[in-house]
Amino acid sequence: MSLLEVEDLRATYGQGHVLHGISFAVEEGQIVSILGPNGAGKTTTLRAVSGTVQTTGRIALDGHDIQGEAPDRIARRGIAHVPEGRGTFTELTVEENLRVGGYTRKDGLRDDIARVYKWFPRLSERRGQHAGSLSGGEQQMLAVSRALMLRPRLLLLDEPSLGLAPLVTRELFRILETIARDEGITVLIVEQNANLVLKFADYAYVLESGRIALDGDAGEIQADEAVKRSYLGV
Amino acid sequence: MKEFVQVTVDGIAAGSIYGAVALALVLIYRTTGIVNFAQGEMAMFSTFIAWGLVQADVPLGLAVLCTLGLSFAGGMVIERVIIRPVEGSDPLALVIVTLGLLILLNSGAGWIWGFNNRAFPGLFGDETLDIAGVRISWESIGITGVTLAVVGLLFLLTQKTKVGLAMRAVSMNPESSRLAGIRVGRTLMIGWGLAAAVGALAGALIAPSLFLDVNFMGAVLVYSFAAATLGGFDSPVGAVVGGWIIGVTEQLAGHYVDFIGSDLKILVPLGIIIVVLMVRPSGLFGSREVARV
Repeated sequence: MSLLEVEDLRATYGQGHVLHGISFAVEEGQIVSILGPNGAGKTTTLRAVSGTVQTTGRIALDGHDIQGEAPDRIARRGIAHVPEGRGTFTELTVEENLRVGGYTRKDGLRDDIARVYKWFPRLSERRGQHAGSLSGGEQQMLAVSRALMLRPRLLLLDEPSLGLAPLVTRELFRILETIARDEGITVLIVEQNANLVLKFADYAYVLESGRIALDGDAGEIQADEAVKRSYLGV
Repeated sequence: MKEFVQVTVDGIAAGSIYGAVALALVLIYRTTGIVNFAQGEMAMFSTFIAWGLVQADVPLGLAVLCTLGLSFAGGMVIERVIIRPVEGSDPLALVIVTLGLLILLNSGAGWIWGFNNRAFPGLFGDETLDIAGVRISWESIGITGVTLAVVGLLFLLTQKTKVGLAMRAVSMNPESSRLAGIRVGRTLMIGWGLAAAVGALAGALIAPSLFLDVNFMGAVLVYSFAAATLGGFDSPVGAVVGGWIIGVTEQLAGHYVDFIGSDLKILVPLGIIIVVLMVRPSGLFGSREVARV
């Protein structure tokens, strides 16, 4: 059984972001990527899993149906979502942001904050600053850290590279991969930057106009120049 | 000089009440983004409950404590039943809903307790303290002290506890709070409950110096709006400091400026609201959001 199973997911909302019945699975411990052009439905797919958009179909975590549950309840089941735009609490300090991330936790908060600071020393230096004063890269680190404070089983990342300099993005992905592998966190990541994400993902789905156009091992997709040209524009 | 000090101390006591009600306004504004025009009537309703308990031979202190608890619960119910369905609507709709709540509570109180004036017993007695010839009533000292204690407790609650952190998080970014597993609805209910309880305390503190009737919080609410506007609608500290400035100004103007007297005192807060909105709309302590992308 896969950690996350999605069957016949359909969604209608906003400016034409529509899913026409997609099905996919995410195996425990893997890093899975959803690729595709703008407006293909990538963000909607993630939002469906975290319960922040109305959908029909089946979404199961560990075989347990979570479709239609409230976002806070899904979060408490161990799904952490780093949304598009990072969702930073700008007027809270860096450390308070982390505490909010660990809101559902009963103990071990202090140790986890220390762990995050070890992964991202920059955040430690700025722990007392308002999160709104951080740079884009630092805010993205904070958003990921906030999600990790939940001790998630499944981490959903929406375009973590958006607005970041290439060097900062590569550094972020490198740390992300280390954390995911070391901690055994399953990751579902949405990205436009296919070349970058395929280097560290295990498996990938390519979404086009609300349908899954193809899927396969990340290495195979990356090796297939024809696929990359027709679907990913690289 | 003695007279001046006495008038100032009275102003601080009155200002503490305005500050407390302003604090309730700020609590709701920060968590739900709503300017709660019904805050005064909520406090009036609560004060009537305290009065009713006293009539039923409950000791005054206990009656006030019970009222605080009941008001907290009542505030939570109001959020859940009346505010939740219109949450996120445009500001005008929310203003209309709180005005509707104002009328509902006002008529409801009249229907239950009638429209007569009632005397409300003082919590701190009628004694005065004589310091170097300046006579200060224990009531003024008590009101100011209780307000300071409430401000301190609220500060500890919002800055040092998990519930407080959740309240601040929800006020900044409800969507992101949900993703962190925070029950946003429950947090908003707590915000309204706290505001209702703080308002209830203010009502019980000021009722002895006014007569308790269904409209007795009307003028207080105007002063409190002035206090919150002056201090900055999103600043708890500003609410209390604003309350003191308004209270002292009101008392001094009423006492020393002949044409204002006690009849035109209400113009003082209105004038201050207008000036603040023209000169510094965010108030003395109000913050503007600072974000960098």
